[in-house]
Amino acid sequence: MTSVSKPLVKVRDLYFSRGDKAIFEGVDLDIYRGWITAIMGPSGTGKTTLLKLIGGQLRPDSGTIEVDGVDVHRLGSGDLYRLRKRMGMLFQSGALLTDISVFDNVAYPLREHTGLPETMIRKLVLLKLEAVGLRGARDLMPGELSGGMARRVALARAMALDPMMIMYDEPFTGQDPISLGVLVKLISSLNDASRLTSIIVSHDVEETAQIADYIYVISRGKVVDQGMPDQMMNSDAPWTRQFMKGLPDGPAAFHYPAPELEKDLMGRS
Amino acid sequence: MLDVLARLGRIGIGILGHIGRGHLLLLSILGGIPLLARRPRLLIAQIYAVGVLSMLIIAVSGTFVGMVLGLQGYYILSQFGAEQTLGVMVAASLVRELGPVVAALLFAGRAGSALTAEIGLMGATEQLSGLEMMAVNPIKRILAPRFLAGVISMPLLAAVFSALGVMGGYFVGVGLLGVDDGAFWSQMQTKIDLHEDVYNGVIKSLVFGFVCTWIALFQGYYATPTSEGVSRATTRTVVHSSLAVLGLDFILTALMFGD
Amino acid sequence: MSHSRSVEVMVGAFMAAGFVALFFLAMQVSNLSTTSTGEGYLVAARFDNIGSLKVRSPVTMAGVRVGRVSGIEYDSETYEAVVNLRIESRFDKIPDDSFAKIFTAGLLGEQYVGLDPGGSEEYLKGGDEISLTQPALVLEEIIGQFLFSKAQEDATDE
Repeated sequence: MTSVSKPLVKVRDLYFSRGDKAIFEGVDLDIYRGWITAIMGPSGTGKTTLLKLIGGQLRPDSGTIEVDGVDVHRLGSGDLYRLRKRMGMLFQSGALLTDISVFDNVAYPLREHTGLPETMIRKLVLLKLEAVGLRGARDLMPGELSGGMARRVALARAMALDPMMIMYDEPFTGQDPISLGVLVKLISSLNDASRLTSIIVSHDVEETAQIADYIYVISRGKVVDQGMPDQMMNSDAPWTRQFMKGLPDGPAAFHYPAPELEKDLMGRS
Repeated sequence: MLDVLARLGRIGIGILGHIGRGHLLLLSILGGIPLLARRPRLLIAQIYAVGVLSMLIIAVSGTFVGMVLGLQGYYILSQFGAEQTLGVMVAASLVRELGPVVAALLFAGRAGSALTAEIGLMGATEQLSGLEMMAVNPIKRILAPRFLAGVISMPLLAAVFSALGVMGGYFVGVGLLGVDDGAFWSQMQTKIDLHEDVYNGVIKSLVFGFVCTWIALFQGYYATPTSEGVSRATTRTVVHSSLAVLGLDFILTALMFGD
Repeated sequence: MSHSRSVEVMVGAFMAAGFVALFFLAMQVSNLSTTSTGEGYLVAARFDNIGSLKVRSPVTMAGVRVGRVSGIEYDSETYEAVVNLRIESRFDKIPDDSFAKIFTAGLLGEQYVGLDPGGSEEYLKGGDEISLTQPALVLEEIIGQFLFSKAQEDATDE
């Protein structure tokens, strides 16, 4: 953990809605340089949407998102694309291009953006693949990879241009314990070794708490709690307690809002 | 009453929004075409997928349509003692109408649906988002080469369809039914006009290629990113393209051969 | 590498096949080989009735095509159709007293302009007008006349 400096990403008073459904209603958060910041919350709270807003793929209804001092949504498309070269994003599915091999996938951003000679690209790709332990899998097609391997390849690809930050969208979902361990270790070691800033969006409390430096909990469009992982684990705030400990009932009710059961049973429709 | 009006209004706004998005997408696609001059390899790969892979069905259908025209035309024309004009009938129907139209319908079914499914799946598996986050514009990098490939391939496919159709008609008419060889070609050559028939047919197929590819890419790009959404979008591509081809064919025919 | 090479070859073959087909349509199917471009000279002819003569209909002499109809207008003062004929420039020895008739190719065929040469020493040139014309035969009129005369015959027989 590096010392606290100016935040790399500053989200202020963010409002966003999809159709009539409000996703965010006034979110403020800071992502500090060099830290692994986790954004947690139940499914359907728009955590992935938040990453897309930071990456400039979606526009907020109001509020600002600054990355490295510039307002993402005021940039022209040319500047936005330049900024994106410095951000990596790891999608839940990996989002590898299915019609080209693992090697070509990792080489893709290098070939698109650097104009380096092919021999150089080959070396860079092999180094990136080595870092995620999949140098031997370079000739496989994405369809032949397991989910965990696909995510590791995607991580190598996200790292290819040596970005300043990486955003992880649900990196731990649906992994067996071994891949889980591998991913947890990779994310934390890459962050330290490459002086990255990482944002993890997740609802896997245990794994996330292991590696995160700071945690935000989002629910119903707002940040409901924030703090260091151990503070959060022992928090007395009822909502945080329910989420971190995985209690079935609490402020987030077990029942979907409905009229009282007796009335419902007696009524016609 | 007001509800009905409101619903009508909502449908209207929906359709307008659809059309607007379609045109904006088209503009961005056209903006991506200059890039292809620097990277022709992208285009070649797509002409393979769109054109070469549609070739078989176009060739087979063209030949058979020509053969059927030869057969049916012969029976009708021989009642008037006008078998010699069989070549004209076969060639005129193919070059003016059947070539561009049937080739476009087959193209929508073969290449258009494949394009929609491919793009839709790339959206559903976050590949398009992934490209965007790699600072690669998917409209320029993925859609534009496919669009240009469709516009280039369609007139060529239609020409192959017509040419093989004429050969099929020749085979049946001259080879099997005994129409005079010389009359078949010479009647055809006096009646079929290069400008009026052949050029107009090429223009038609260019328009059809443009519209079919545009519809296919639009449906793929804006498909709901689920397997159900992609399959619906694929169906819509075939239905919308076919209707567009038939409607446009009527309009173009009226404009070209109207006076 | 060999894969992308074979793709290129296939695409090349596809494009070649497409252009061959277009070439075939242009040369073998259509009249590119028999049409001349817009060259030649224009001659006008006035007809009382042109039947279903159309622009681009052929103009023939002794059955050989020497030009095409390039325009059809209506003269509202003389109530006549003015037909512009574009004659190819290599047919430059057509007597200026030639007779222009509208014929029908076969019973149901399309109509065309036939020129019968006259005996003049002067030849037609651009801007001339053919004064001797014979209008198209309209089938209904002929049948009408035939029935009329038949009826008259029957009447006189009785």
